[in-house]
Amino acid sequence: MARIAGVNIPTQKPVSISLTYIHGIGRTTASEICARCGVPPERRVQELTDQEVTSIREVIDTDLIVEGDLRRGVAMNIKRLMDLGCYKGIRHRKGLPVHGQRTHTNARTRKGPARAIAGKKKA
Amino acid sequence: MSRSVWKGPFVDRYLLKKAETSRASGRSDVIKIWSRRSTILPQFVGLTFGVYNGHKFLPVLVTEDMIGHKFGEFSPTRTYYGHTADKRSRRG
Repeated sequence: MARIAGVNIPTQKPVSISLTYIHGIGRTTASEICARCGVPPERRVQELTDQEVTSIREVIDTDLIVEGDLRRGVAMNIKRLMDLGCYKGIRHRKGLPVHGQRTHTNARTRKGPARAIAGKKKA
Repeated sequence: MSRSVWKGPFVDRYLLKKAETSRASGRSDVIKIWSRRSTILPQFVGLTFGVYNGHKFLPVLVTEDMIGHKFGEFSPTRTYYGHTADKRSRRG
């Protein structure tokens, strides 16, 4: 078990995959980290030496915004828009899509599950 | 795609003049503008603009956070307050 960037405990998967369990690291970033630390990306996490683990940890700590900090940053950006009272902020406040998508139909990701309308006839 | 940096922020020229004259005349009232497409620049901070939304001039007090946004973002053009829940009463 390896703890990298706080709570994350990737397992017996290849390094480039298990690093993606950290919020803010995808496949691209994971393989970049491997390249920078000189770790073959297909090596399993359990086969890493302590030194390799620390070097990975160092790269993430110094150069990447990850997990809580990232979440906080994103939430702050959204909050800034909402406090500003601009169009995007209003859309965030109302829980509607922000990038100009249609809302006549669809938009279920933002609007959540469909609510029944009283008195609407079927078909 | 975002705008090329070398062009600089887009702003309708006459806004700069309007802002300057209102600055010079001291604390004045709302500056009516139609140019919703213009970027808010640092020299507009502290002034109140009446941004036209096709119907009315909505007063927008420009703060520092607004720099880089467009005027139109602060003056919604559509009114929608949600559906009224009177469907059942209309039926009865």
